[in-house]
Amino acid sequence: MTEQLIEKIETMEKKHEKQKHQREKEYPKSSVTLKIYRANRRAGESPHYDRIEVPVQHWTTVLDALLYAKAYKDQSIGIRYSCRMASCGSCGMKINGIPRLACYTKVSELQGREITVEPLSNFPHIRDLVTDFSQFFAHHHNVEPYIQNDNADMQEKNKLTEFIQTPEDVDKYLQFSYCIKCGLCYSACPTVATDTQFPGPQALSQAYRYFIDSRDTAPKERLNLVDNRHGIWRCHFAGSCSSVCPKGVDPALGIQLLRGHLLGYSKNEKKAAELKERQKKDD
Amino acid sequence: MEHLCSLGANNKKMTMLRESQIMKIHYITAVAALFVVAVHIMMRIAIMPYGMSLEYENVIANYQNIPYIVLLESILVLVSIHGFNGLRVILLELRQSKKWEDGVTVLTIAGMIALVAYGTRTIIIANGLGVE
Ligand code: HEM
Ligand code: SF4
Ligand code: FES
Repeated sequence: MTEQLIEKIETMEKKHEKQKHQREKEYPKSSVTLKIYRANRRAGESPHYDRIEVPVQHWTTVLDALLYAKAYKDQSIGIRYSCRMASCGSCGMKINGIPRLACYTKVSELQGREITVEPLSNFPHIRDLVTDFSQFFAHHHNVEPYIQNDNADMQEKNKLTEFIQTPEDVDKYLQFSYCIKCGLCYSACPTVATDTQFPGPQALSQAYRYFIDSRDTAPKERLNLVDNRHGIWRCHFAGSCSSVCPKGVDPALGIQLLRGHLLGYSKNEKKAAELKERQKKDD
Repeated sequence: MEHLCSLGANNKKMTMLRESQIMKIHYITAVAALFVVAVHIMMRIAIMPYGMSLEYENVIANYQNIPYIVLLESILVLVSIHGFNGLRVILLELRQSKKWEDGVTVLTIAGMIALVAYGTRTIIIANGLGVE
């Protein structure tokens, strides 16, 4: 009985899928309407949406569509972008309610003929689609996102110090080093939305990235940086950061791994001692 | 920019325990509370029908049973610690200012102590009631 039912449902689903495909084939999108959030509070302009129709091709990205609108329909649209290839991290915005990179979201992958674009949540608003990243960058700055190594000779420039890493050493932090600081995770985080001092997924995963790097010799200091009232413990593992990251970084994982070290059930295999040994061999 | 750069930094606040130590206590009390509450519920349904266990004589009789009192007291302490710290966490995320945060810390610690004291008082009084 149940098997028959399952079979019936499956055939129905298949039929439905087929129909959907046909529908999509029949009517390829040749134009979409951008529903753009507009506001310039400093100039006394209150928030509203502008609807602008733009022609699209199969490969048109939301950024392309916005730039078309800006070039031919309304030059005053405020938008920030640079690379157009998902590497500068400046075109983040909410597309149909979800934080995404405009240059990395094709119009064809979105449903419907209307696309809503809004500024990122959790960032102070500047104008239209542009938000203020100072606080986000300050949080990043606070976790000291650079390698600190007592053994590296910073004075004698001629003497090169090489810190060899095995592929396993690199694997521990590699995915976190792909972060482009686009702020999508920060925008998706429910804790950031209420706790203004919470560093957010980007900064916390970078804290882990440098903590676990075998070339870094300041793991204790790094733990102290995030172990406070508004620090790493205010993450409740919603996981929305990881689902919106356009670069495949899993900030929620970084946070959980770093917590393991803070609670003392993960050990950081005496990186410093290992480094000293290596240095001795080199000398 | 200077003031922004100090956000979330290791700024000195009213602290006796590190946040990681507090949260370790939070998780340990949660797991321990799960265990003692399970034992407590099991004892309520295993010894006699649930309705009967709520009758006056039976309730008082429970308070004469020393191991059972220890169990009740540990539930009280564990859930108070965990619950009030949970409340502290929720309130800390609500608003950020030194005044608010210090207030939250003081209030939750006071609430925790008051609840444990009141519960312990109930246990002691109920324990004394059966002795005639
Ligand atoms: C016997 C009763 C309870 C048990 C067994 C219990 C268990 C747990 C466990 C296992 C966690 C860890 C989960 C996590 O970190 O995501 C947790 C977290 C939490 N609990 Fe409880 N809990 C109990 C009662 C309470 C009460 C009464 C409150 C609040 C009034 C509370 C508030 C919280 C909060 C806010 C957290 C989140 C902490 C964080 O993630 O930072 N719990 N609880
Ligand atoms: S972790 Fe991902 S979503 Fe967050 S800032 Fe980095 S690249 Fe963007
Ligand atoms: S324009 Fe550079 S990431 Fe989109």
